[in-house]
Amino acid sequence: MSITIEIPTPLRRLTAGTPRVVCTAGNLNDLFSELDRQFPDLKPHLRDEAGETRRFLNIYVNEEDIRFLGGASYSFRDGDEVLLVPSIAGGSQ
Amino acid sequence: METSTYHLRCRECGKTWANQPRSYCEDCFSPLEITYDYDSLRTQVSRELFASRAPNIWRYRELLPLPAGYQPSLPVGYTPLVSAPRLGDRIGSRRLFVKNDAVCLPTLSFKDRVVAVALANARSFGFDTVACSSTGNLANSVAAQAAREGFKAWIFIPSDLEPAKILGTQVFGAELVRINGSYDHVNRLCSQIADERSWGFVNVNLRPYYAEGSKTVGYEIAEQLGWRLPDNVVVPMAGGSLITKIKKAFDELILLGLVDPKPVKFFGAQATGCSPISTAIKQYSSEIEPQRPKTIARSLAIGNPADGPYALQAITKSGGWAEDISDHDVVGGIQLLAESEGIFTETAGGVTVGTARKLIHQDRILPDETTVLCITGNGLKTTDVLADKYQAEVPIAPKLAEFEAYLATKAASLPVFAAAPDSPTAAVA
Repeated sequence: MSITIEIPTPLRRLTAGTPRVVCTAGNLNDLFSELDRQFPDLKPHLRDEAGETRRFLNIYVNEEDIRFLGGASYSFRDGDEVLLVPSIAGGSQ
Repeated sequence: METSTYHLRCRECGKTWANQPRSYCEDCFSPLEITYDYDSLRTQVSRELFASRAPNIWRYRELLPLPAGYQPSLPVGYTPLVSAPRLGDRIGSRRLFVKNDAVCLPTLSFKDRVVAVALANARSFGFDTVACSSTGNLANSVAAQAAREGFKAWIFIPSDLEPAKILGTQVFGAELVRINGSYDHVNRLCSQIADERSWGFVNVNLRPYYAEGSKTVGYEIAEQLGWRLPDNVVVPMAGGSLITKIKKAFDELILLGLVDPKPVKFFGAQATGCSPISTAIKQYSSEIEPQRPKTIARSLAIGNPADGPYALQAITKSGGWAEDISDHDVVGGIQLLAESEGIFTETAGGVTVGTARKLIHQDRILPDETTVLCITGNGLKTTDVLADKYQAEVPIAPKLAEFEAYLATKAASLPVFAAAPDSPTAAVA
């Protein structure tokens, strides 16, 4: 099983320019561990001091917000594409 | 318009950034906001200075992030703040005002304010193309103001938008991209596109500048009340930005000595079918759970409001509250405002009116307090929600006798017709 993590452009300076990571992470925690292992500089940008996912970082699996899928308890499936996207509001109304 | 009086700052970690097209902190992903040198501003601004200028948002230019020497070309904003005694009678307030951005220029919604400020900065950052993700009003405003200012425009919308909002974007010559998905999907796509292309996305990379435009609603309310702050403000919430910016405007006016300090309660309004912020407030939660929107109030249909945490904070700290109402009551709110005050608002305005009524019934807003309802958009853009509410009348011949016969029929079929000071929708709304 493998999943693909898309690294947003502004964070690629911390991944030596790598735009995507293919790995076998089974869930969100594994995913973060894998990123920590490959790119130690990335860690503080994704999680706060308490180890929680940063509040304004949205994580999507395929087209869906991971919070709709169970968040940290969601088990990745083969071929899942994971997007890390900063939360941006506005535009509506 | 000294550029040195403002810069970007992270709302969470406090890191400061020079002015640039950037919406979030690279360290912690949190939103960036414009902050000002208030000590310097205090010596530059006064009530008299603002009042001496033309009635539009640019009269407050020192309090907006505008590039040095910027010359605006459109009289945006300074919409009427009208006393609303008849609506007040109907919903139980004796000092009720409507801030009527249904007639904001150039495209009849409060979004004209934010776009005007965003495009001023798009020019100075060197963009020739501007873009946005939108549920409609922003699309209209970006398309129109881009045409006026000579930018190319790319507009991204959910595919199910109201026809009037689609037409009202295309007519200005903008490129319109319809996305199969909700606004939240559109927004996510736009944040990816903004990473790849050097376009000025007004609500993505220009967002901190754009959002400041909303403060002008607050400045105007205060000035129009005679440089006084109201007791309560009721604001519709989508992404949650507007309510926080009205609060910022009031706080700034106090800080600059332009109004006397006084507590203002902030009340947020949502449609029940998309109510992540009001739900959190009613559950006394500090976490906002995203929702999948399902409401006719499409302009408010943001299930994952990025400014939600700040809206929640502004509301609860002020002693205010948030509520939400059904789609049925949204339509009732539109009709109630139209019938009582002659103001035709879109669904978001129906949400505000219906929610205000609910808050008054809950005694969260008291009758003798000064209460301002923020009406943010125009009803002509969402006529589809009223389609089944009114019948097309059968035409009659141009003869007096025919009219008399028509009246007789009408009186027979509608008993309240003759008496009519209070229409049947009173019970509905």
